Amino acid sequence: MSFVEYGDFIQDGDVAIIYLGHDSMMPIKVQQGAQTQTRYGVIRHSTDLIGQRYGSKVTCSKGGWVHVLHPTPEIWTVSLPHRTQILYTTDISIITMMLELKPGSIVCESGTGSGSLSHAILRTIAPTGHLHTVEFHQQRAEKVAEEFKEHRVDHLVTVRNQDVCKDGFGVTGVADAVFLDIPSPWEAVGHAKAAMKKQGGRLCSFSPCIEQVQRMCEALADQGFQEISTMEVLLRVHDVRTVSLPLPDFGPESSVQTEPKTKDEAPPTSAPNHPSFTLKTTTPPREMPGHTGYLTFATKPRT
Amino acid sequence: MADNGQEESQCRIKEGDYVVLKRGDIFKAVQIQPKKKVIFEKQWFFLDNAVGHLYSTTFEIVSGGTLQPQRTKSTESCSDSKEAGTDNRNIVDDGKSQKLTRDDIEMLKEQGLKGQEIIQQLIDNSSTFRDKTEYAQDKYIKKKKKKYENTVTILRPSCRILAMMYHGREPGKICHLRYDTLAQMLTLGNIHAGSKVLVFETCAGLVLGAVMERMGGYGSVIQMYPGGGPVRAGVESFGFPAHFHDTLHEFPICHVNALLAGTLHSTAKDPSTDEKQPNIVADNAQNQLEAAQQGGAEEQSMETSTGDDADQDLEKKEKEKRREAKAQEKKMKLEEKQKKLAAAASLLACRNADGLVIASRFHPCPVLMGLLKFLSPSRPFVVYSQYKEPLVECYTKLKECGGTVNLRLTDTWLRHYQVLPNRTHPLLLMSGGGGYLLSGTTVAMDHSKPAGSQQAEEPAPKRQKLTDTEG
Repeated sequence: MSFVEYGDFIQDGDVAIIYLGHDSMMPIKVQQGAQTQTRYGVIRHSTDLIGQRYGSKVTCSKGGWVHVLHPTPEIWTVSLPHRTQILYTTDISIITMMLELKPGSIVCESGTGSGSLSHAILRTIAPTGHLHTVEFHQQRAEKVAEEFKEHRVDHLVTVRNQDVCKDGFGVTGVADAVFLDIPSPWEAVGHAKAAMKKQGGRLCSFSPCIEQVQRMCEALADQGFQEISTMEVLLRVHDVRTVSLPLPDFGPESSVQTEPKTKDEAPPTSAPNHPSFTLKTTTPPREMPGHTGYLTFATKPRT
Repeated sequence: MADNGQEESQCRIKEGDYVVLKRGDIFKAVQIQPKKKVIFEKQWFFLDNAVGHLYSTTFEIVSGGTLQPQRTKSTESCSDSKEAGTDNRNIVDDGKSQKLTRDDIEMLKEQGLKGQEIIQQLIDNSSTFRDKTEYAQDKYIKKKKKKYENTVTILRPSCRILAMMYHGREPGKICHLRYDTLAQMLTLGNIHAGSKVLVFETCAGLVLGAVMERMGGYGSVIQMYPGGGPVRAGVESFGFPAHFHDTLHEFPICHVNALLAGTLHSTAKDPSTDEKQPNIVADNAQNQLEAAQQGGAEEQSMETSTGDDADQDLEKKEKEKRREAKAQEKKMKLEEKQKKLAAAASLLACRNADGLVIASRFHPCPVLMGLLKFLSPSRPFVVYSQYKEPLVECYTKLKECGGTVNLRLTDTWLRHYQVLPNRTHPLLLMSGGGGYLLSGTTVAMDHSKPAGSQQAEEPAPKRQKLTDTEG
């Protein structure tokens, strides 16, 4: 198991995902002799997990069962321990494409936060790329470095505990892409530019507020960035449902010849026969995230 | 800095390169070929002069359709006079504000004036320009620039650019797959280097190319294709290095059932043998056949020619030889094809693929149900459809059959913004929809059906009881 390479069987030391039900997943560290409590009972790692195939069904002590899944950056994003607000897969997807990330890309990122985006970047740039990630909060930087190790991606990433606005990314002239998710990204544009390759590259800044976007776009233009483009992307989930629509009863039609007969048989008060129409359709959730942040992309030209 | 010579040379446009032309938000993918006329945005030109220049260079199209690298950008300060009105109360649209006529402008063009200069002329001859607000002036210049500037930027192709190009130019060719939806597919499918991914698409090769870009030449991609052969013109436009194509395999879906039944070997070979009867021979009989053909050829020439014209005879022989070479080539090609089919079949036969991506104009349900069998447990799959209903059907079917979790039917909403000082707002036009996705994860098939602890993901309809009693 690694976040950048699939394995078939669960091994001691892996991080596995316990799938408890729709939108309910729990990452666990698989350890010889350890146990995990779930709402369906206990899972014993040595007997229930180690040596089993990823994707298997595991019966818990109370008789209920769960599936054990191989970790992916997308599952990690919805199950990771939050230390900060995180980026979700919808934004991550467009960031990855618009930054033109691919195997071998050198990427700079700040702040690291809870590492949601970092894992997705690492998956995409492996096996030959590298991520330089900068986080100004010491505990967060330490914690995320630990996770990278557990997820067996630490050889692809350098975590730096510093302030990107003051100290930059710690590298110059190497990055193909830079991602900024910080309160005042305009203060880091110069450092971002310096971190990027001479032949140019792509930059993305994520900001929840339009005022931040405004200042950032000005700063980018001042620093000679081109193709500055701001967008917003939202995920819409469609819940599949079977619905039954009752059909209205207009009473017997007068033109029908059997009119007197029906009148006798079906007094309107006690009609048990409500005809209805059943169909499969989708419904939107009652509430959905209506705003995550604005994504501003730009191209650094050759300098 | 970190650049070495090799890297530097890779930044330059070479003959044979696949590139993307750009002007504003318009893109076009072309190959650099000598003396090839290219038509872009109603203008024709040749790309020969671009060779040797750096990627991302902007060129000016000069007379005769040749490209000239644009010198330092002077586009920003178009009009020096910063005279501007406060509002538009005095501006009347009487069609008389521009003193230059169409003929005048054509003449300026013929005189060889650059786009920049024509715009300046237009401004100078506009009676209302000075009364326009500063914002309106910007807008005016921008609009005229679009019309009169004849520059083109040459870019290196990428998934981002090609996905936006196809969506903008030929959405019908890619089943109206919007670029952000493609972006979702690549992450939801966990496409990454070193995995084994199945792709079924009728999007001109854009989805296949996007998957290949994300795999970076590591691992294997198997294109499952309908009909006679795989369609992948779009893959060419990515301009991948040669070794990427070694990781690309193809398998016709018409052989999927045979492969699953274990009878592929016989069924796959039969039709081709019928087709190419004379060319299919055991390898060791090859020489014999060659000899026989040669003999036959000689006989034939003896019969048809009068025999006294040696030159003609020679010519005939030459012809025969060529035909033979052609036949040989055909045979080689067929053998190659068989080999490739066998290679793809063996990749599939293990049924341990790591990902499945479907984006086609076919009904996704049979495609998904047929190809899901080739995935390992605990692997993601993602299906695109321009329409929602077929995916609802897929969802229902998967729920019935089991073997998948994490099913989700989604689409994305994408909005672009104009960001300018004091004039920031969403763009007036936005895409109405980018298509729908069904994504999920495979799990080990469960044949016994114990009373599970998991609830059905779809809550029972509220009026269930009522409908039940009614039958």
